[in-house]
Amino acid sequence: MSNYIKLIALGLVTFFAMLGTNFARDLAYQVHAFIVMAVAGGLFLYTLRQTDEPQKAEPKHEYFDSVVRAGVIATMFWGIVGFLVGTFIAFQLAFPALNFDWAEGLANFGRLRPLHTSAVIFAFGGNALIATSFYVVQRTSAARLWGGNLGWFVFWGYQLFIVLAATGYLLGGTQSKEYAEPEWYVDLWLTVVWVAYLATYLGTIVKRREPHIYVANWFYLGFIVTVAMLHLVNNLTIPVSIWGSKSVIVWSGVQDAMVQWWYGHNAVGFFLTAGFLGMMYYFVPKQAGRPVYSYKLSIIHFWALIFLYIWAGPHHLHYTALPDWASTLGMVFSIVLWMPSWGGMINGLMTLQGAWDKLRTDPVLRMMVLALGFYAMSTFEGPMMSIRAVNALSHYTDWTIGHVHSGALGWNGMITFGAMYYLVPVLWKRERLYSLSLVSWHFWLATIGIVLYAASMWVTGIMEGLMWREVDANGFLVNSFADTVAAKFPMYVVRGLGGVMFLLGALIMVFNLWMTVRKAPAKDAQLSVAVPAE
Amino acid sequence: MSQNKPDTSKDVPTTGHVWDGIEEYDNPMPRWWLYCFYLCIIWAFVYAIFYPAWPLVSSATAGLTGWSSRMDVAADIAAVDEANGPINARLEAADLGAIAADPDLGPYAVSAGAAVFKTFCAQCHGSGAAGAKGYPNLLDDDWLWGGSVEDIHATVSYGIRNEDNDDARFSSMPAFGRDELLDKTQIDAVANYVMSLSGTPTNAEVVGEGAVVYTENCASCHGDDGAGDVSLGAPNLADAIWLYGGDYPTLVHTITNARYGVMPAWSDRLSEAEIRAVTAYVHQLGGGE
Repeated sequence: MSNYIKLIALGLVTFFAMLGTNFARDLAYQVHAFIVMAVAGGLFLYTLRQTDEPQKAEPKHEYFDSVVRAGVIATMFWGIVGFLVGTFIAFQLAFPALNFDWAEGLANFGRLRPLHTSAVIFAFGGNALIATSFYVVQRTSAARLWGGNLGWFVFWGYQLFIVLAATGYLLGGTQSKEYAEPEWYVDLWLTVVWVAYLATYLGTIVKRREPHIYVANWFYLGFIVTVAMLHLVNNLTIPVSIWGSKSVIVWSGVQDAMVQWWYGHNAVGFFLTAGFLGMMYYFVPKQAGRPVYSYKLSIIHFWALIFLYIWAGPHHLHYTALPDWASTLGMVFSIVLWMPSWGGMINGLMTLQGAWDKLRTDPVLRMMVLALGFYAMSTFEGPMMSIRAVNALSHYTDWTIGHVHSGALGWNGMITFGAMYYLVPVLWKRERLYSLSLVSWHFWLATIGIVLYAASMWVTGIMEGLMWREVDANGFLVNSFADTVAAKFPMYVVRGLGGVMFLLGALIMVFNLWMTVRKAPAKDAQLSVAVPAE
Repeated sequence: MSQNKPDTSKDVPTTGHVWDGIEEYDNPMPRWWLYCFYLCIIWAFVYAIFYPAWPLVSSATAGLTGWSSRMDVAADIAAVDEANGPINARLEAADLGAIAADPDLGPYAVSAGAAVFKTFCAQCHGSGAAGAKGYPNLLDDDWLWGGSVEDIHATVSYGIRNEDNDDARFSSMPAFGRDELLDKTQIDAVANYVMSLSGTPTNAEVVGEGAVVYTENCASCHGDDGAGDVSLGAPNLADAIWLYGGDYPTLVHTITNARYGVMPAWSDRLSEAEIRAVTAYVHQLGGGE
């Protein structure tokens, strides 16, 4: 019966996507309508072939791991794409000739930059979060993922969102809002997928067979709920036409800017911090084989983080049209946020108490510890940069870019790599990774790459800020903007080289994981049976 | 950290919860962490008393310091204005031609003019004033509209071929090809003639024919000898300095479609002192007449 409803729905979607392809007012919309038509049409045929055929019963007592395996593959795939584009645009900045004439309007810096940021945050990071959260919630609830194939819908729905977002950027379909570039129909689709994600996740927690909810799940849930709220408020747009990609936001002027950075900062806070802390709270104790350091600390820093982060957004708008009082509050909340952020770092690092010797032998654990180190550094740097006097120097310079990347590459990247190194042998039932020395190579390449990146951006950012404000004895500016651009060239090359090293490390990782699946000795333990721990 | 100590962690009780093999110690929160957190919170309240922070119905508290970002900027600007006020007044009153020689005004005008140039002019003319295709080089002594202090002052003040200022310098070259004033062979000939004025034509046979076309169509502005006319902004065609390019395809393109370079009028945006300063700066770059 449900198949007939599905067929009707898919048929309607295919039909309307056909209309969209025909009546499209712009290229981005037309391409998107065509993609949707192809996907919905393909699914229609697939469903038709399955209808009235005998179905395999869902295995109720096994964890739903196939979707997590797909998530691991997607994470690594989008990771490589995102790192590659990032490295390329780094060199575009150093060597503008790489903005090829023949690719103008498709692959110039302006089109590729949002592709890079969204690919690493939402495609790489998002897939890592969805995959690990599906894994962790099942293990710590001792229950199979709720909702049957809803898990697959979340996975594939999210991939479709990524493809629509990425192609939209290249073709010029964008709202021009940082981290919220996708246009209105892509936003609507993400909302549907995200509600399904929330339902899957909450459903699993509700039917858990453990008496308590593990701390990792608080963080994952905080991330899912808050991102839903942020996404809805920052994307309240009115489409110009249902046959076109352009839409107009309902907020105006400084309110729009404030909503945007309330969203933007909490994308960092809840997507890249809370979500990844959930990842940390499962994989660090697992890899270290030690209990979490302090239950009390986890409660207090969780609620403090959740409460405080949401107010810190105005620090992105110091010295703008934003009223001073809002700017003060943004700065004050950012400073108070420092210790709650560090709570996660303390809990992670102190979990290694009694297991520090493992750092000598276990490069995966070393990666996780380095991630916590970069987390600690960037969550100190962030509050510092939110101070108005510091921000007056750092804002609009490359320092911000360096800050973001020490967090994104160091914290999000490294903790994800650690989690993937942990997951692949478990999910593909291997005894161990293919090669630990390749993990070490990855560790050092990535570490040196991040250091090159962050250090070069600190140098060039502070230099840029000082050059902009340099005045002579009569109070006149000394440098033109182009002078600062020229002065940054050597640091741009260093940054690009850092990117190459980080990308190289990730490629080694992909090879290592691939060989783990293909070559590492199999393990036949019953790892996928859903049972309560005690 | 305790990497060299024996494992004493067994002494700390756990909460008794186990998830997938993960336990939790019931350790207290680290004291230093807690006190730092308290300190940050106290500091936050203190700061919020001193600075604008608490939103009210239609305004916000001003804070005990009375600080505001706008007043901050206004104070900085006022300080510079006050310091430079007298010399700016002298600059505005001085005879244009006497500025460079004045021991106070000359150096001041150059340093102020450099800042104006780097902020408003460098986008087109380059931060070193060397220009680019379509944007004149200001370092050489080849001037489209004249290189005396007075000429430069007028150009900066009113601009060229803009629609914002009635005093803008204006002239317009006919689009000889597009408007069918000349046919293709004539354009080919005159392009070769123009090339012969300062170098080698691609086709020497048509130079003679080109000279006739030139005399009939071009000489009224660019002069019989191709030396140009600064009163019309007509470039010198004989000095091997080119604004758009002196190669054959570019010349054919120029003759066919004409050129229409535009410069904004700065008198609407800059003060007279700033315009005089940037005039002095450009004049001393090397090509001032």
